[in-house]
This record gives sequence, C-alpha cells and structure tokens, in this order.
Amino acid sequence: MTKHLDRTEIGLLVALPLLICIAFVLPKWIVNYVHVSMGTGLVALGVMIQMRAGLVSFGQGLYFCVGGYAAGMTGKFLGVTDFFVLLSAGIAAALCLSFVLGFLLRRYREIFYAMLSLAISMILFGLLSSTEELGSTDGFNLPTASYFGWSPTGETARLTLYTLTCFIAIGCAIALNRFLKSRVGYVNEAIRENELRVEYLGTSAHNAVHLTYVVAAVVSAIGGVLWALPLGHVDPEMTNWTTSGQFVFVSILSGTGNIAAPLIGTFLLEIIRVYAVELSPNTWQLILGSVMLFTIIFLPKGLWSLITSKQKSSKKIGASAPKPGE
Amino acid sequence: MTTLLETRHLEMKFGAVYAARDVNITINEGEILGVIGSNGAGKTTFVNMVTGYLSPTSGDIIYRGNKITGKATRDITRLGICRSFQIPQLFPELPVLENMLIALTIAKQEKPSLFRPAIDRALEDEAHELLSHFDIDQYADQLIQTLPQGVRKLVDIAMATVAKPDLLFLDEPTSGVSADEKMEFMRVLIAALKTTKTAVLFIEHDMEIVEEFSPRCVAFYEGTILADGPTDEVLQDDKVREFVIGSEFHRTPTDAAPKEGAQQC
Repeated sequence: MTKHLDRTEIGLLVALPLLICIAFVLPKWIVNYVHVSMGTGLVALGVMIQMRAGLVSFGQGLYFCVGGYAAGMTGKFLGVTDFFVLLSAGIAAALCLSFVLGFLLRRYREIFYAMLSLAISMILFGLLSSTEELGSTDGFNLPTASYFGWSPTGETARLTLYTLTCFIAIGCAIALNRFLKSRVGYVNEAIRENELRVEYLGTSAHNAVHLTYVVAAVVSAIGGVLWALPLGHVDPEMTNWTTSGQFVFVSILSGTGNIAAPLIGTFLLEIIRVYAVELSPNTWQLILGSVMLFTIIFLPKGLWSLITSKQKSSKKIGASAPKPGE
Repeated sequence: MTTLLETRHLEMKFGAVYAARDVNITINEGEILGVIGSNGAGKTTFVNMVTGYLSPTSGDIIYRGNKITGKATRDITRLGICRSFQIPQLFPELPVLENMLIALTIAKQEKPSLFRPAIDRALEDEAHELLSHFDIDQYADQLIQTLPQGVRKLVDIAMATVAKPDLLFLDEPTSGVSADEKMEFMRVLIAALKTTKTAVLFIEHDMEIVEEFSPRCVAFYEGTILADGPTDEVLQDDKVREFVIGSEFHRTPTDAAPKEGAQQC
C-alpha cells in the first residue's frame, strides 16, 4: 500500500493517530487550539493551492464563512443536526458559489485576482451584517452535531467531533497533496511561471485556475464547517478581511513547499497569538507583524524552506552539480 | 506532396497599419521552409495568426482541409501546429527536466485528472530521451534561469515538439546563439526534427543558414510576400536583394558588385 503513498502522505497518516492521541494526553486548551487550527488550516490550504498558481486570494474567508453559514442555516432552518449532512451542505454551497464566481475570477491575475476575491468576500460580509434573520453582526448558534441518529453529549461529543475533524483534515490534506501532483497541479505551477507557454502547450490556463478556485473553495468550506461546529457559533467576522488576511499570513509564514506546512503554520500562528496576547495584551499585533516581517526577510519561502534547504544540503554532499555552459 | 497548411488572403491590421496583407502561403507535409524579412516585415505576425495568438482581420487559414481561422491557441496546438519563440517562453524558476515534464504531461492527458499523479518513471525517461535528442540532457537538473541563451532556445524548441506536431514554427531559432555556433546549432536541431518528419517553417535573418537548411524560402516585406520559391532563386531575386537582404549577400563572385539603390537590412 505504501508504494502508492509519498513521504508527505505517509507522514500525514502517521500524524493522524498522534493527533487523536493528544486529545487524551495534552491539556484541554491546547487540544481546543489544535481542533480549531485544523479548521482554519484547511482554509490556509485553500489559499496555498492557489498560491501555487501564483494567485493570492485575499478573500478566502468567503468560503470559510459560506461553509459555516450553510451548515448553521441547515441546522437553524431545517432542524438538521447530522454532522455529515451539515458538512455536505457546506460543501454544496461552496461548490455552487465558487463554480459561478470562478467564471469571473479565472480571467484575472496578480493584484486584480487578490482584490476581486477580497471584494466578493466583503460583499458577503456586508450582506450578512445587515441580515437580521441571520443574527446580523452577532451571527447565530449551531446545533450540537449528531452522527447518524447518535447524539453524544459532553466530553464524548467533544472527542467524537475532534476525532472526525482529524480524519477529515488529514483526508483533505492527502487529497490536496494528490491534487498538487496531478496534471492540474503541474499546470498551476506552469501558470505561475508563464501562462503564454501553457496555452501554447495545448491546455487552458483559465480552466485550470477555475478548477483550482473551486477545489480551494470546497476545502475552505469544509474548514468552515469543522471550525464552526466545535465553537457552536458563526458570525460575519468569518468573511471579514482580517480573517482572510490571517489565511494569507499563515500561507506566507509556513510557505507553499508542502501540504503539511499550512496545517502546522496555522497551529503556530494560534500559539504565537496566544503568547503575544499574554505578553502584550494591547499591542499583540505588533508581535505578529514582527514575526511576519522577519519571516519575509529571512525565509522568503516560509518556515517549510528550513526543512527543504536542510534536505537539499544533505543531498549535495558528495554530488557535483553540472556546470552551466555554452 | 500533400498540402498541410494553406493561408488565403490573410490580412492583419493594427489601426491603420497593415502587419500582413494578402499573405498566401502553402506548406506541404514534411517540408522545411525558411522565412526571411527585415524587422517589422510581418514574419512573426504571420506565425502569431496561424497559431491563434492573433486573430486575422480577414482571410482564411486552412489546415488539413479544415478552416482553423480564429481558433484558440491551445486548440491549434492540439491539431498539431506548435511553435517556438524568438525569446524562449519557458518556466524559468523550474529545472529543465520539470519544464519538459510539464509539457509532456499536458500533451499526454487531454482530460484533467484531479488526483492521479501526473508524472511517473516512464514519463521521466521520455523527457530525458527528448532532451538527449536535442543534446541537452546534461542540463536536465539545472534551472532555466541559470542556462545560456543557446540552451534555452533548444529547450524552448524541445518543448514545442513534445506534442509531436505535424507543423512546427521556429521563430528565429538562432537569435542569441553565437555566430560560431549557429550552424552546429541548426544541424542538431534539423537532425532532431527530421527524425519525426515534421514540417518546419523557420524565421531566420542569417542567409547562410536559410541557404543551408531550407530548400524553399519565403521573403516578407512590409506585411506582403515579396518572393516564394526555391531558396537560391529567392535569394537572387532583385526585389529580395533590394528590400530584404541587401546587395552584400552574394553567392558568386560576379554578384559582389552592389547594385544602385540596394539596402542593407
């Protein structure tokens, strides 16, 4: 079986039982951070796969919010509490919306793509903030999830949701790792480098961007559902620019070198924020900003480049690189 | 010989300027055709129109009996018409091998696959084989941006051939290659392309190369075709000598004396 898995996938599969085990070992507050980090980490993954195509989405909070709100509205208005139905509602909403919006976004690149994605997310923010039926700026509560008719309570409910979140987050990460190694993944790298050549090689850059946008939206919506359910609440802040900015922050902090990087980066950001708030309650943003600044200056390819540069330097020992020449 | 491509009264206007006017060219299967002309004569515009980068103002492009005028670049590539560029269009931050693998993976799978790995051992072997064909396999692991222009040109051309085109346009393949290496460069190139029996149209400013490698030649001047025929006849044509190559290019000592009014391009 392992011959079909690469190192990243094996690493993720090894991490799965460890992640589940920490729920029984580590303090509850850390486990809670790990839990919500998996939700937001999936959104960062959505940002990261777009970055591979050279596209920075400043509005990925849109689908984070769409996922959370779709699950919440299914519970609120239809009375459904089943975890899998709520998750499916989030996925379906993101799929439909991103498919339609993709026809617009696929035509834009660089700052125009970033600003347009941000603008759309802020339109949703405005709409939700002024919709009283959905709690306006306060949002509304989600039901406690049930699982095929089984409705656990208390600690059992928390652990069940946490375990399922681990499975889904790792499953999504493996699927996205496959996506990056698929034909579309390679085409995305090529689009980032030279779109004209991509067209001349015989494929549509627009279609690849559209597909990537939809995949990123779906994975972000899954993140939104997995984030909203343990907190039991959604509000328009999920699609505010500050939330979207965090996802871009994580992608830059962690780098786009590996699918595991944004997941780890999200958790690191949460921890940095916790300690920054504790250290300096009124100016904690300064600490986060400084971390970002130093990352960009010293590690332009993110924290993951520390691992890849180490691997490369160990490979180079004993090997002589061919010299360029005419 | 079977006709592969035919253009009929092709015209391209940019505002009031004609970049191409009444361009009628026929290319046969397996033919090697040289195109000459001074800068701005309409050579690259012609290639851009045939490959779908520009949509002609009027006229028709017929490929294997079917009209392809105005089709998208990618669709024309899928039909078997590929091109290389005057300035190599590559993926500069990726290694040569990965450039080839991307080209191969696009050429191989028409339908996008979301989760199937695009690259396997067989594809890597094929990429190395292609690079060997063009004598550049030794650069496989190097980033494009670290390579000299001549190697970039070959990678650019090698990438254009991965889809196994029936017709290949080479836009100034020897530009940026040092004068001493041009002949050898073209020898490697034409030898590699002859094995696939691909029809080749190459744009060139070096008349010795045109003479050496293309039995037929087309001369462009101000968007129109000045001459089309066997290379030696075209190069001796009075109008071509006057407006395209200038009087200093000569094949026999008797042609050495410059004609009055001749221009050097």
